[in-house]
Amino acid sequence: MKKRSYLALEDIGVEFSSRKGTFCALDTINLSIEKGEFVALIGHSGCGKSTLLNVVSGLVKPTRGVVFLDDKVVDSPGVDRAVVFQDHSLLPWLTVEENVRLAVDKTTREMSKAERKDWVFHNLDLVKMTHAATKRPGELSGGMKQRVGIARAIAMNPLVLLMDEPFGALDALTRASLQDVVMSIQAQLNNTVLMITHDVDEAVLLADRVVMMTNGPAARIGEDFSVDIPRPRTRLAAMDTAEYAAARHAVVHFLHERYRNPADLAA
Amino acid sequence: MTSAEKITETVAGAVPAADKEGAVIVPYPTAAISRRQLPQAPRVQNIWEERTRAVLSATLPTLLMVLALLTLWQVACGSPDATFPSPLKVWQESHEVIVHPFKGVTFDLAGLHIADQGDVGIAAHIITSLKRVLMGYSIAAVVGVALGILIGQSVTAYRALDPLFQVLRTVPPLAWLPISLAVFQQAQPSTIFLIFITAIWPVILNTAAGVQNIPAAYVNVGKVLQLNPIEYFTKIMLPATVPHMFTGLRIGVGMSWLAIVAAEMVQGGTGIGFFIWDSYNSSLLTDTIVALIWIGLVGFTLDRIVAFIGRRVARAD
Repeated sequence: MKKRSYLALEDIGVEFSSRKGTFCALDTINLSIEKGEFVALIGHSGCGKSTLLNVVSGLVKPTRGVVFLDDKVVDSPGVDRAVVFQDHSLLPWLTVEENVRLAVDKTTREMSKAERKDWVFHNLDLVKMTHAATKRPGELSGGMKQRVGIARAIAMNPLVLLMDEPFGALDALTRASLQDVVMSIQAQLNNTVLMITHDVDEAVLLADRVVMMTNGPAARIGEDFSVDIPRPRTRLAAMDTAEYAAARHAVVHFLHERYRNPADLAA
Repeated sequence: MTSAEKITETVAGAVPAADKEGAVIVPYPTAAISRRQLPQAPRVQNIWEERTRAVLSATLPTLLMVLALLTLWQVACGSPDATFPSPLKVWQESHEVIVHPFKGVTFDLAGLHIADQGDVGIAAHIITSLKRVLMGYSIAAVVGVALGILIGQSVTAYRALDPLFQVLRTVPPLAWLPISLAVFQQAQPSTIFLIFITAIWPVILNTAAGVQNIPAAYVNVGKVLQLNPIEYFTKIMLPATVPHMFTGLRIGVGMSWLAIVAAEMVQGGTGIGFFIWDSYNSSLLTDTIVALIWIGLVGFTLDRIVAFIGRRVARAD
């Protein structure tokens, strides 16, 4: 029997029942991600990418199919799958340090209090946010909040890091600097990451594989493209490689030729 | 004639002067620029002066309005055959009530003491009423928050209890009085029950709304972090619900103050409600007016105290 991948989605199907009847969001999805792999999931709005991520995080139960993580079945949310939410989801009544600390307290039972504090600051340092430890989220800019959101997720030492359009709400320049943060963290920690995005350059720059989804309803995986740009990557060097151009070409043609935005087709 | 004067004159003349070489000299518009300068703000002498100024500018309109209304009232009811007493008449006839509110109240290390017998000041009645409100309202706050969290959390509990609450909350406080007296047999507990039953509904309903409106994002954080029920309650539910909760508690404190007056008017003995009823029976309309002002001011203070606590709690979270 073939060995199962580190994160394996097997025959995942998700249906929602509504007044009009059943709505099939995801058809049969099969996806295998190896340990340390960075996979970007890309597709048009409404194609069910967030639903797929929520199946992995355990927030949505699939109608059919099973998710395996490290050979164990995923059936509920858990600290082994940290999520970076699009809206950062920091608790506004806690400081930056307390927000990260809340996650650390739930995941590092064996650490002493002092060690936990050090671990919180170590992770805040990875995203360059130690200076704002005592601030509340309301006092931070969108980019800074998302840095803290990333720190909270990686501080949990998760088996897999799930990112749900993490930079979707940020302006282009802030987004670029956060992508650089993610790249440098990835170079140090080599996490297993599943990231949702609708930004072609972001997907190609950050990911080892770009998984493209067809339009919903009943979305499937349309194409799975390996991005062979060597690591560690830097933005400028990566953009000049032939692999970058090839990957970008493949994704753009998939999204704008083979599976165009359903909103455009309706017009 | 200085050059500055010359320029000013030119501007005033409004016609550019041609000099001997024939070039038109457009004068520097000194006048226009000096007009655009803002008037210098008066120098602030010290911080206390500044604060006094701020307080005055905030309260002066209110004070003037009160003064205007009093004048209007005096003019309207000033004639000897007016059915309603004028402010001056209130001052004269209820002089004793106004200037000696604390008659019968003694204060020592053991706390406040109110004379059991005889004629006591209006503040003594207010304190008696406040004690009753404090008891009834505290119970309503605790039970109300607990019930609010219950029906906010559980859809089944909401479906079971919300219709009952919606019906019961429309019952006026006085309508509970016969039931309350029949059940408790005594004046004190039935008054407290009356306050409780009046104040509890806004606390329940607002707390429930707060729990139901916790943003899905925070709920998801709780799920991903696998917070246990106690952690979820203290770290997410309570802080997210506090603003709603205090809206309910504020409405509740106002309603409990309304209920106490109604209750005491009927069952008598002591308290501000009794004072009003008593003054009405003795045809002392001016005393009623004084009591009305006291009730309003105390109710206002209660509301502000609860609002203040709410702000402090929300900040501490």
